[in-house]
Amino acid sequence: MPENKISVSGLDLYYSEFHALKNVNIDIAPNEITAFIGPSGCGKSTLLKSLNRMNDLVEGCRITGTVTLDGVDIYKDMEITYLRKNVGMVFQKPNPFPMSIYDNIAYGPRTHGIRRKSDLDDIVEESLKKASIWNEVSDRLKRSALGLSGGQQQRLCIARALAVKPEVILMDEPTSALDPISTMKIEELCCEIKDSYTIVIVTHNMQQATRISDKTAFFLHGEIVEFDETEKLFSTPSDKRTEDYITGRFG
Amino acid sequence: MTMTGFRFDMKTYKKHPLSFLFMLLAWLAAALTAAVFIAVVGYVLIKGIPQLKPSLFAWNYTTDNVSMMPAIITTIEMVGISLLIAAPLGICCSVYLTEYAKRGNKIVKAVRLTAETLQGIPSIVYGLFGMLCFVTSLKWGYSLLAGCFTVSIMILPLIMRSTEEALKSVPDSYREGSYGLGAGKLRTVFKIVIPSAGNGILAGIILAIGRIIGETAALMYTAGTVAQLPENVFMSGRTLSIHMYQLSREGLHTDDAAATAVILLITVFALNGLAEYIAKKLDKNKL
Repeated sequence: MPENKISVSGLDLYYSEFHALKNVNIDIAPNEITAFIGPSGCGKSTLLKSLNRMNDLVEGCRITGTVTLDGVDIYKDMEITYLRKNVGMVFQKPNPFPMSIYDNIAYGPRTHGIRRKSDLDDIVEESLKKASIWNEVSDRLKRSALGLSGGQQQRLCIARALAVKPEVILMDEPTSALDPISTMKIEELCCEIKDSYTIVIVTHNMQQATRISDKTAFFLHGEIVEFDETEKLFSTPSDKRTEDYITGRFG
Repeated sequence: MTMTGFRFDMKTYKKHPLSFLFMLLAWLAAALTAAVFIAVVGYVLIKGIPQLKPSLFAWNYTTDNVSMMPAIITTIEMVGISLLIAAPLGICCSVYLTEYAKRGNKIVKAVRLTAETLQGIPSIVYGLFGMLCFVTSLKWGYSLLAGCFTVSIMILPLIMRSTEEALKSVPDSYREGSYGLGAGKLRTVFKIVIPSAGNGILAGIILAIGRIIGETAALMYTAGTVAQLPENVFMSGRTLSIHMYQLSREGLHTDDAAATAVILLITVFALNGLAEYIAKKLDKNKL
């Protein structure tokens, strides 16, 4: 098995005429939290989305270069359903479906052909427990997910992503719409589950990157300026631009 | 409003006579609208209710009892069959337009333009088309089926339009969420998008039902005006509106026409009530 879970090499991405990612190369190690930081519009979310091909939904998006998951090219040799089952995603704004908590979690497994009630019950309970929200919702699984608070909704979305048993979880600024306490809960959650998953998180919040990530990549104008151990990147950055950014001189 | 609030308002209005004038105009417009509505409903009820008698609801129509029962049943059949034709077609078409077609696609623009144009055409034109196409060319004669097809075409743009609006209002984040879990287009559309748009789609269908019930011109030339209950879809029959039209046109039964109007009105109210009830039910399922 290859050492890297995800490997991106020579990736260029265009939105119509706009060159959004320029020759990106990055290797993401398993069972670690990798953070993408950088100012708005630097391409960090774009790279995240191209890791499970969510960019396919964007019209006029063209990609060259390769992205591999466990050594398999995800754009050429992999079914998109298989890819997205294995590389789950949590979005910036909590987006539970307008259905019950139970059905939200069961949606993914049902999509992949699990129909037996007892199996689904187990998956729902297990996923909600992993996302540390089980205690708050176990008595109202049949109630609508839209009745939950923002933080609970986001943990529900994490549980929903976990329910299809992915190996990688992509998080696109998962706490930017949440209050500090909910943010803390989600950060704790990330650290708890990272032993069994590979997590890639885009964040605007540099403190968040230092608190939870093992490695950090700094993006600027569609390029990765620096990618290193989080501790090293924030203490002794090797690039002047990284230093300017993390010390708050711009961005 | 409390007294102090009112005094404060009056003071402000004294300083700004123009806003006072506008407030007055707005109030007047609201009052006038309400008055018109109350007058129409009141007139129909006052005129019609005394004319209601059991013989109007006899199962069989005769020239003596001029029963509206066959017309009520025909109306329900007409609504049912027309929706069966138009609703799936309209909904699927809108799904194609919003979910499948690429933005700026020429066919999409053409379909949208056609739908919008069709919505503005007077129903008598549909009636003429229905007569030429279904009644004459297809040799169905004046029949329930010809009527159903004609009004189906008529309500199609309405259903398409409201469904499209409803689908567009479904946040993209739902679609992303679904795709992100590995679901395909079909599953996303049928399990997430359409259920989320349920209320809007339903609202369009209710509007469509309202149009069918109120339709006369398009049906007269296609479904005909036979007063008895049609035994099958290839026979002519009349809906409540046509029944009412015929009664007043003949000049012999204006009182019974008034009674029919009451029933029509009640039907429409009941329908709106039902729609609201279903909408609430759906909302409860969501929450």
